[in-house]
Amino acid sequence: MIEYLTSFDFLVLMIKVIVIFGGVMSALAYLTWIERKVMARVQMRPGPTRVGPFGLLQPLADGLKFLFKEDVIPTNANRFLFVAAPIVSLVAALLSFSVIPFGPWLQVTDLSVGLLFIFAITSLGVYGIVLGGWASNSKYPLMGAMRSSAQMISYELSLTLSVVGVLMIANTLSLSQLVASQQSTWLGFIPRWNIFLQPVAFLVYVVSAVAETNRLPFDLAESEQELVAGWHTEYSSMKFAMFMLAEYANMVTVSALATIMFLGGWSGPLFGPNWLQAALPTVWFVLKIFVFIFFYVLLRSTIPRFRYDQLMKFGWKVLLPLSLANILVTSFIVAIS
Amino acid sequence: MIQILFFFFAAVAAGAAINVLVQKHVLYSALSLILMLTAMSVLFILLRADFLAVIQVIVYAGAIMVLFVFVIMLLNLPEDEDGADRLRWLKFIGIPLGLFFFFLVGATVWNVEPGSGTQAPFVGSPQAIGRALFTDYLLPFEVTSLLILIALVGAVVFAKKDL
Amino acid sequence: MIPASWYLILSAALFLIGVLGFFLKRNIIALLLSVEIMLNAVNLTFVVFSDQHRQISGQIFVFFVLVVAAAEAAVGLALVIAMFRNRESLNVDRSNLLKW
Repeated sequence: MIEYLTSFDFLVLMIKVIVIFGGVMSALAYLTWIERKVMARVQMRPGPTRVGPFGLLQPLADGLKFLFKEDVIPTNANRFLFVAAPIVSLVAALLSFSVIPFGPWLQVTDLSVGLLFIFAITSLGVYGIVLGGWASNSKYPLMGAMRSSAQMISYELSLTLSVVGVLMIANTLSLSQLVASQQSTWLGFIPRWNIFLQPVAFLVYVVSAVAETNRLPFDLAESEQELVAGWHTEYSSMKFAMFMLAEYANMVTVSALATIMFLGGWSGPLFGPNWLQAALPTVWFVLKIFVFIFFYVLLRSTIPRFRYDQLMKFGWKVLLPLSLANILVTSFIVAIS
Repeated sequence: MIQILFFFFAAVAAGAAINVLVQKHVLYSALSLILMLTAMSVLFILLRADFLAVIQVIVYAGAIMVLFVFVIMLLNLPEDEDGADRLRWLKFIGIPLGLFFFFLVGATVWNVEPGSGTQAPFVGSPQAIGRALFTDYLLPFEVTSLLILIALVGAVVFAKKDL
Repeated sequence: MIPASWYLILSAALFLIGVLGFFLKRNIIALLLSVEIMLNAVNLTFVVFSDQHRQISGQIFVFFVLVVAAAEAAVGLALVIAMFRNRESLNVDRSNLLKW
């Protein structure tokens, strides 16, 4: 065992882990900045401008604020579960990044069932919300937690079923092979991305992803007008920051999955000298993820909220039959060709 | 290395299972069961059944136990009442008998011989399970879909307010 | 390399814990949880033998056990809710009216 710990492979693995984890954590911090700036510009106001140029140091200021706030645990709250809930949420949200290929050689581990692993970890993340709402011992968090977890487990169904069409085309569950199956081109210049082969699945996936991460227009469980702040009403300082980080990490995870399955992952034109060609796939991947994040933030600033029963009806009566019909049509076409 | 992993996760599974019995509030029992299910999932991976391990987390720990936790939270149960039940002395007989049963079964399985079968490397990959499920075991597969439909209808009928 | 008998001892221990829980607990939901522990112990046994004999049928059976456990948990919890509505208590000792 000690030979493995001091070998070259382990060192490369540790470097990959540090690069990916460090990159993801700083990206999460700057996601808050992107969200505030884009939402502000949509609403024709400047957004954060005071802290640093263009407000770029705002996430640092927010982090310091979270660290220094008083950590309140309500009196009748269940202490163990109250502290454990944000930990469960954050661990489940960050664990998905261990199988996402950020580049041809920038993936921590390539499981043969990598896609299912991400779905498994996402379904474990529901417990953070449920326990957080229950442990707060107060009515707004409990209602918010029940609504939010019911919504999440309902939309998990259409989320996982919508990618079955892609799996039938690519014949694999491993994420790096899913990216590799979209490398070629048609007619020489149109890339062989799955979004052209599975447009309905793409739409169902994006809508389910927005609902799965509790973002507007599907965020009735944490809306300010109805439920104060949903399941994280009673949380303050670092625990609240952990919930927020978990929500943004979930957003990045579903965006990364969308680019891997429908937009070809890290594939893109390579040009320039050798060192640029090594870094360019990661740049393409990050750019594609940012397209989805930008779309999420635009969606948040423009569309009004769904009512809760409309939300559940939409998930069960529209998205689920649509994804099942997509599976039927795709399997028919794959079988006859 | 594999042995360290096996011992650690076997201890976690056994400890979580004992914790299910020991806890007074049923919500803590359900959470210990979730821990046990994820430890069993790791043991499945050690046994080269990786598809089954992930399916266990998705279905068992991620869906069935969510159902349990929902019901426990919605019923808002207090801690277990310690009322005058006649079964309180039962555990002083039950646990020694159970240990005796365990030693009996353990002595039987201790001498399991290495099995037959091809010597080819064997992994419970999705392809292997899919192939078997859709060719040899197609009828049980279709029948289980009927079973789930029956369970769905039954659960809705039982939990309705106006029967 | 881990001999199969270690896994089988663990499976026997888990099954035993499930059986003890089923006999000693009085809360209905705790009884359902003990049944799940027993089913999991059986799943482990199936997977061990599937690995030993290099056949996939053990894992297929675990698949079906998983599905049946899901169906049983759903119907069992619906029954628990119906019982709780009638009696306001989940103690099995309060549901022995057939004894009269």
